[in-house]
Amino acid sequence: MKKLLSLTGISTALMSSKSALAEYGLNMTQGVTSTSQDIYDLHMLIFWVCVVIGVVVFGAIFYSIISFRKSQGAKAAHFHESTTVELIWTGIPILILIAMAIPASKVLIDIEILDKADMTVKITGHQWKWQYEYPEHDIGYISNLAQTSKDAIKSDNKPENYLLEVDNPLVLPVDTKIRFLITSSDVIHNWWVPELAVKQDANPGFINDSWTEIAKEGTYRGQCAELCGKDHGFMPIVVEAVSKDAFAAWVAVQKAEDEAATASATKTWSEEELMASGENIYNANCSGCHQKDGSGIPGVFPAMSGSDITNGPAADHLDIVINGKGGMPAFKMLGDSDLAAVITYERRAFGNNGSVVQPSDVTSAR
Amino acid sequence: MNNTAAHDDHHGPEKGLLRWIKTTNHKDIGTLYLWFAFAMLIVGGALAMGIRAELLHPGLQLMDPHFFNQLTTMHGLIMVFGAIMPAMVGLGNWLIPMMVGAPDMALPRLNNWSFWILPFAALILVSTFFMEGGAPAFGWTFYAPLSTAFAPDSTDFFIFAVHLLGFSSIMGAINIIATVLNMRAPEMRLMDMPLFVWTWLITSFLLIGAMPVLAGVVTMMLTDRNFGTAFFDATGGGDPVMFQHIFWFFGHPEVYIMILPAFGIISHILPTFARKPLFGYSSMVYATASIAFLSYIVWAHHMFLTGMPVAGELYFMYATMLIAVPTGVKVFNWVATMWKGSLTFEAPMLWALSFVFLFTIGGFSGLMLGIAPADIQYHDTYFVVAHFHYVLVTGSLWAIIAATLYWLPKWVGKMYNEKLAKIHFWWAMISVNVLFFPQHFLGLAGMPRRIPDYSLQFADFNWISSIGAFAFGLSFILFAYLVVDCIRNGEPTNERPWYSAKGLEWTLGSPAAYHSFNTPPSRAQILEESQHS
Repeated sequence: MKKLLSLTGISTALMSSKSALAEYGLNMTQGVTSTSQDIYDLHMLIFWVCVVIGVVVFGAIFYSIISFRKSQGAKAAHFHESTTVELIWTGIPILILIAMAIPASKVLIDIEILDKADMTVKITGHQWKWQYEYPEHDIGYISNLAQTSKDAIKSDNKPENYLLEVDNPLVLPVDTKIRFLITSSDVIHNWWVPELAVKQDANPGFINDSWTEIAKEGTYRGQCAELCGKDHGFMPIVVEAVSKDAFAAWVAVQKAEDEAATASATKTWSEEELMASGENIYNANCSGCHQKDGSGIPGVFPAMSGSDITNGPAADHLDIVINGKGGMPAFKMLGDSDLAAVITYERRAFGNNGSVVQPSDVTSAR
Repeated sequence: MNNTAAHDDHHGPEKGLLRWIKTTNHKDIGTLYLWFAFAMLIVGGALAMGIRAELLHPGLQLMDPHFFNQLTTMHGLIMVFGAIMPAMVGLGNWLIPMMVGAPDMALPRLNNWSFWILPFAALILVSTFFMEGGAPAFGWTFYAPLSTAFAPDSTDFFIFAVHLLGFSSIMGAINIIATVLNMRAPEMRLMDMPLFVWTWLITSFLLIGAMPVLAGVVTMMLTDRNFGTAFFDATGGGDPVMFQHIFWFFGHPEVYIMILPAFGIISHILPTFARKPLFGYSSMVYATASIAFLSYIVWAHHMFLTGMPVAGELYFMYATMLIAVPTGVKVFNWVATMWKGSLTFEAPMLWALSFVFLFTIGGFSGLMLGIAPADIQYHDTYFVVAHFHYVLVTGSLWAIIAATLYWLPKWVGKMYNEKLAKIHFWWAMISVNVLFFPQHFLGLAGMPRRIPDYSLQFADFNWISSIGAFAFGLSFILFAYLVVDCIRNGEPTNERPWYSAKGLEWTLGSPAAYHSFNTPPSRAQILEESQHS
């Protein structure tokens, strides 16, 4: 019944105003950059060209179906070739295509060529999260699917922005030419934010570039757009576009937090502290493959519980987490305290009996 | 008529099951191909039902994402390599010798072998579902390194299965080329051949060019996975993007392999039910050849976002747009064939008409996708899914169903139930649009493809699409009934059940004798049965 209502809702939306259409997302976004606007305009141009051709072709088909029926007494003519007609309907499409190719080429060249950027953001795709680094500001962090969305996957109670919310959004200033350097640490991902019209493959071992200049403050959401394995559907992108001042303030806060984290890596943590912090880090970074209960997926992702690595020497465990192995990505981008916490959690939870690992152990293992 | 000589009487089909295993008869092998393709269509369709059931509501209800990825991957592989391609080869086997006035295929034993490889390849492919780690889960395009370093062990079985499927296709293509060029009735010139023969001849050259490239790329995967090479691994000096170049150099001709024979089928059915010769026969032949040529030089339009230089993007955009020209010529010719005709709407005609309509919609979205800057927003969304299902389902599959109904009376000598066939057509026609049309909106609104769960703004259209999918899936039960009912209970039919149909196959008895055209047709007969005079 609820679904029937939503069906009626859609048919009403189809018939009512343009804003109602936007709610159901019938068309491409116009976005908040000049690129996204150019692409939208081009999309609509080709769309209307197709509509006009469609009206002519489908009109001729329907006219034939209605007028040339045997049941209406239509007698078949016998004509079956005309070089003139063939030349006409080869030539006219060529002219239409040239007319489409000119604006398309112009937009493409505008998009692809950026002379000078005001700042750079390096984006690295990992299975299944994004890493953002600001080389000019010397800060960086990981962005995971928000816990509220993860908790709602199997429940009927979906939060707002289900699957489109992250723990740490990418913060960018408006009215700034930003160059993105996009790469991957494992398989191919694709960083896509429709409202910025930025969509670029993240290829392991290679760096692609793209750019944007956001005109309007706001929150813009996107998703990974290249199948990258099990949780491809669960690595969203959130961009917070803020004023230049707010961005500077945010950078200062990030730097202070980084310093605090570095300081925490030199102290010795209690097992309880490590386990508590480790559980959160495990659920954010590791549970996608190894599962929340540590059982893994046989044949693809090894189990944590009862494994030789989690119960064996800490050095092997540190090596595999820091440097990766085969399909297992390297996690060296995490801080020493975080790595110590998550490794300790893996070695002590799930009925395991491995040793506790301290941040100083991680520092020396690097 | 001219061909059921006394010679046939002591040389009919063997009795029992061995007939089907040992047969070298093009009609038997055609039948085997078609039933195999139908079985795989049901398997691939069942997987699609699983996909749409999971996507019915947001959230994960039925399966984990890893299994969902196995479903999308295997659905694509089975439909492309197990259903559409074998069905087209089956139609070619049945029809080409009868259309060119040949007694059989040129290489009958090879023909037997190319069929009997298929069930084993399919078994190997499907068995991966039951292996540890599950079936391949990296999409039917199996991009490295997801399909190499990050894939389950069953991938090696997938590689072996692809090799076998490739052998089968290449042998089938060689056979068709040899048959058309060497076994054609001596009095039949190339430009006398019906369009189904022309399109299959051109398709065979595409197969011979493209399938070895596929074999090459899976072999490189095999050595990357097992023997320490690094073709697609940057840490060893390789390049994952090179995988995509090689894959799409196969993959783009592949999509025309699946659609060109369909163009041929439609070019037979429309003239019959418009009671008018095909308009622009020679331009149809040239257009098919142009499409085939262009299909080899546009592959990287699948890769606009891989980081290609702008000059490359411009070239591939222009080349891709060019394909619209010969494809447009074909559509215009079909419309001109109907123009001033005398139309009736038997079931094959309904399928053929809706093919022209819906394939053109798929062509429009294809043109839009070919515009490189717009592709930034379309790429890897449901807009792409909608596009290729419009050209493959309401294109290739539509033509296969149309061909089945059109030539079934010739194959079995009985007529299907026209009323049931019309119900089936409208059921499938409506449900397939409920299934795929909303996917255009989903894609434009930003829903990526190959995701098992989605955010809430996509919920309504996904629900509609899933309901359409279930209805469309059910229509194939009716189709199976329609065909079986025709074989068992159909009214016997005469040699030319569509009395306006032209073509040498209609000069044979219904059902066509086990061996036909033991003496080739005469020049007069060929001209009499020509589609275009």
